[in-house]
Amino acid sequence: MGAGRLYAAVAVGGFRRYATYRAATAAGVFTNTVFGLILVYSYRALWDERPHLGGWDQAQVVTYVWLGQAFLSTLAIGGGGVEGELMERIRTGDVAIDLYRPADLQLWWLAADLGRAFFQLLGRGLVPFVFGALCFPVYLPSDAGTWVAFFVAVLLAMLVGFGIRFLLALSAFWLLDGTGVSQISWLAGYFCSGMLLPLNVFPGALGEVVRVLPWSSLLQAPAQILLGDADPWGTFVFQGAWAVALLGAGRLLQSAATRRVVVQGG
Amino acid sequence: MADGDSMGCGDGFIVLEGVEKVFEVRRKAGFLRRERRAVRAVDSISFSVARGEMVGYIGPNGAGKSTTVKMLTGILTPSAGRLRVAGIDPSRERGRLAHRIGVVFGQRTTLWWDLPLIDSYRLAHRMYRIPDARYRENLDRLVELLELGSLLDVPVRQLSLGQRMRGDIAAALLHDPEVLYLDEPTIGLDVVSKAKVRGFLRELNAERGTTVLLTTHDLQDIEQLCSRVMVIDHGRLVYDGALAGLHEVGEGERTLVVDLERESPPVEVASARVVRVEGPRQWLAFPAGRSAAAVVAELAARYPLVDLSVREPDIEAVIAKMYAEKAVS
Repeated sequence: MGAGRLYAAVAVGGFRRYATYRAATAAGVFTNTVFGLILVYSYRALWDERPHLGGWDQAQVVTYVWLGQAFLSTLAIGGGGVEGELMERIRTGDVAIDLYRPADLQLWWLAADLGRAFFQLLGRGLVPFVFGALCFPVYLPSDAGTWVAFFVAVLLAMLVGFGIRFLLALSAFWLLDGTGVSQISWLAGYFCSGMLLPLNVFPGALGEVVRVLPWSSLLQAPAQILLGDADPWGTFVFQGAWAVALLGAGRLLQSAATRRVVVQGG
Repeated sequence: MADGDSMGCGDGFIVLEGVEKVFEVRRKAGFLRRERRAVRAVDSISFSVARGEMVGYIGPNGAGKSTTVKMLTGILTPSAGRLRVAGIDPSRERGRLAHRIGVVFGQRTTLWWDLPLIDSYRLAHRMYRIPDARYRENLDRLVELLELGSLLDVPVRQLSLGQRMRGDIAAALLHDPEVLYLDEPTIGLDVVSKAKVRGFLRELNAERGTTVLLTTHDLQDIEQLCSRVMVIDHGRLVYDGALAGLHEVGEGERTLVVDLERESPPVEVASARVVRVEGPRQWLAFPAGRSAAAVVAELAARYPLVDLSVREPDIEAVIAKMYAEKAVS
């Protein structure tokens, strides 16, 4: 009960911290909209050549593009979540402050990241999506059940996204500099989550592999539910399994890090 | 030398017995080869601090001060020895201990950088599960004493260093900790801000009986706040006792500055020696443990004096000498 209120307060703080920077949010909305336009026209050209590629029609693929733009910062697919700050705190030794608090490091940062994600969803995701839905023919489900399932999948995607990025952040305890890891994560995030191309159009073995990696929980899984292309329960199980595995690994790594590793700085 | 054993560690509030912390450092030694070397950051330290004491913990950079504080908060586990704070083993029960201690790092902040100061306090309210009435009471008192009233709605990033420091101190005290660790609380502050912080700490210790362990490079902090000081160097406790005793250990000297009626050769007195002459003014040095009265009486009986003043030994010089001696041995 008490702990729940603490992490709720951390999440609210995370939301408000990002809400402080209005100019950055406006710039982000603009960028996401422009990128969405570029992708929409590229995809439409591709789907003109290959109709029903991946089993989707044009309206479905356009919806997918705007979902991607809405989720890019929400799920911090290319980075930009709380992991950058956590890495920096580990590098400078400020993490000492997080460690002596009567709070769990992982839950604390998870709460902060969920707060951030909700702000990004409303502040940065909603506008490009609505813009896309108004300006292009899109595919939107009419029954409330699908929308509910979609939002559950988004929530699970937030957990998986944090799970991946928390592991990356903790690597800073050993590597000290997280630049290389962040770059690999950016590349993997973009490619494997389906930000470049929907994962259902990837052919053969490559497609089989990327579709079972954790990144496919981020954009691909909620999108397929919204587009009526996947069974919600199966998707929840898939996402939930990755969330449990990644957050569990994060816990193990966290206890190894805090037991053995030097806390930097005087 | 360290006299932790003689203090009867059993009844202490903070107790260290033979505490060590060894870090393993890897060093490149040729192509792909790594050499492992053990660095003893803290080397068999023992001391005991009673409830309500205010103790200074000083030493040069890299002496092991921060490592000790990190072990006391539980974020580092000692390699050897026994350590208890309020009867709790910090590294084993870090969470439980956290409710009873407060920590202020002068060079780091616990406050939420982007948000108004009050948000960090609301978070502390939840984090330490402070009962509502007590939270409000403590907040009101701290806001008044630390003059934070006009700053509560200001984002932390917009605060000056002195304001932020006071904000951090308040954040560390909202849950009524029994022990407060202060790591360089006055670093970078101007004279007025330093005075405010010191005044507040003195009052906190006197009125609430909070046990304070103060790490600092500013010896004025120690002189004005602590009756006891511990000096650590190369991971070892090299002095533990009253501040005044440091002078004797370090062979500190007090200085008597006398203005004679006219310029004259160095005065001759048995209890002191002249170290400097400049016109009618002369500087006389005598051991720190001795009273100035005898020197003055002897001087006044034999020479026409216009004015005189006594200067206390420069503690910084004493300690610098202490570090240097340690390094040689």
